[in-house]
Amino acid sequence: MKIFKRARHSGIHYNGVNPRGFHPSQIKFYFILLPLVAIMLLPILFIFSHAFKPPDELFAYPPRFFVINPTFKNFTDLFSKMSTSGVPVSRYLFNSIVITAVTIAASIVVSSTAAYALSKKRFKLKKALFAINTVALMFVPIAVTIPRFLIIERLGLIDTFWVHILPMLAMPVGLFLIKQFIDGIPDEVVEAARIDGASDLAVYWRIILPMIKPAIATIAILTFQATWNNADTSSLFINEESLKTFAFYLTTLTSTTAGANAVAGQGIAAAASLITFLPNLIIFIFLQGQVMSTMSHSGLK
Amino acid sequence: MNREISQQSGFRRWFSKEGSAYAFLSGYALMFIVFIVVPVLVAFILSFTLFDTIQFPKFIGLKNYVSLLTQDDIFMKYVLPNTIQFAVIVGPGGYVLSFMLAWILAQLPKLPRTIMALILYSPSMSSGVAMSVVWLTIFSGDQNGYLNSLLLTSNIIQEPIQWLQSPQYLMTIMIFVTLWSSMGVGFLAMLAGILEINPELYEAASLDGINNRFQEIIYITIPSMKPQMLFGAVMAIVATFQAGAIGVTLSGGNPTPQYAGQLIVNHIEDYGFLRYEMGYAAAVSVLLLLMVLLFSRVANKLFSSND
Repeated sequence: MKIFKRARHSGIHYNGVNPRGFHPSQIKFYFILLPLVAIMLLPILFIFSHAFKPPDELFAYPPRFFVINPTFKNFTDLFSKMSTSGVPVSRYLFNSIVITAVTIAASIVVSSTAAYALSKKRFKLKKALFAINTVALMFVPIAVTIPRFLIIERLGLIDTFWVHILPMLAMPVGLFLIKQFIDGIPDEVVEAARIDGASDLAVYWRIILPMIKPAIATIAILTFQATWNNADTSSLFINEESLKTFAFYLTTLTSTTAGANAVAGQGIAAAASLITFLPNLIIFIFLQGQVMSTMSHSGLK
Repeated sequence: MNREISQQSGFRRWFSKEGSAYAFLSGYALMFIVFIVVPVLVAFILSFTLFDTIQFPKFIGLKNYVSLLTQDDIFMKYVLPNTIQFAVIVGPGGYVLSFMLAWILAQLPKLPRTIMALILYSPSMSSGVAMSVVWLTIFSGDQNGYLNSLLLTSNIIQEPIQWLQSPQYLMTIMIFVTLWSSMGVGFLAMLAGILEINPELYEAASLDGINNRFQEIIYITIPSMKPQMLFGAVMAIVATFQAGAIGVTLSGGNPTPQYAGQLIVNHIEDYGFLRYEMGYAAAVSVLLLLMVLLFSRVANKLFSSND
């Protein structure tokens, strides 16, 4: 008890918001959280465990949650397989990697330049344009699938790589988060650089960009999730099998398992699911600190 | 010299002053206009027409809206009630759950907090696609399904249940799956918001007689982080309506069995891509966008900072 008291005086606290260490009063919170965390975690563990199961465990009765004799067979089966239309699975994966990488890079450039203008430049429509973007936070892309289809058809983007990339660049949340983050940089910093004769591009490149790395990381991760997991673009706008993505290939696997033959191909589907899910997790683990620091600027007034 | 400047055309003066701002904006603005503004406008215009994608759209006034509200039995009997049930439980439910979990996490030290936040957030990064294998296996209709096997061996049921094909279970499973993956960006924003609140506020409050954690949440925490609460609410609303495809993914077809999991998004797809009645589908889209706007207005009223 004495220790805690002294700690409190020296400014270190052990209970309340953001405590520095363990305190018995926290036990009740663990008591509530741990069961919920377990429920959230189980499906994720399942996907890991299922992907490494040999056939006899996949179809065992009664089914077992955890794998006993893990094997890479599902993964080798997956990559030795051709899709029904003769495209090797590695091609889908290659498409997904290229599309995701290009989209992330383009999204960072497009959103951060726009956010810089909306935050630090002076022009008449500034407030109005930001307000429009804020309204667009509520935009539900799935609602306008049909008009989007008509527009993409008119623009001649059907069956091109661009259709995977361009629509992803209009991401109101991304612009919003970066703009709020840049607002946190004092105007004086920018003005001082301008007085020293730095051009707009130099201010953006040498001052703004290095200071908004957390926001960049955040939009990279949001773009990654939106693009890497995207199967809709392939099914709606692409007829050419060799231009479709891995996420799309995964949907073709699961839609067959949903049919009459509920078990065939389950191992392959599980392996493909793990390949789809894992990069999301790894990237987030590396960038979570940056994401949290961006999120503290996320308020919507 | 002075004369030269005054002779510059208005455009050039404007351009030298504001041009670079628009240059920086141009890339994003172009994509925003092409893929957000124009589709919304096109949906709005098409909603007043008869359009089968082959012939040029024919203006028919409010007819699509009238038949949507008066003649579309499936919409009124299944789609609208389903959507409202789904949205009310998943939207506010997921939102309150996010806030509570964020608040509890904020009471823990950094390491356990980070680990548990990661676990709670990870379902939201797994797309519906990646996880469908898991749900299809767990809720599989034969005795090999994990849920069936569990209930059979513990003698709760005698016959395996066709979970995903049964109208009475499908909606519940859809809600469960969507809630499971609802700790997304909004959850992280609220967690960050709670952690940002100045601890001195709590100390001042305790001098003012606020002495339990519940009062603290109502009088200090929520008012101090209204902007994050609003951001979280908007994200929750968007995620709820965007999640509409889950019923089709789980049951394996559109329409879902006896329309039990039919949401407004599936109705749009049904009319647009299966029946090619684009005008009618556009009217449903407009209705959906209006619903999102309405929900967001309510959130705005609750958490607006200017009061």
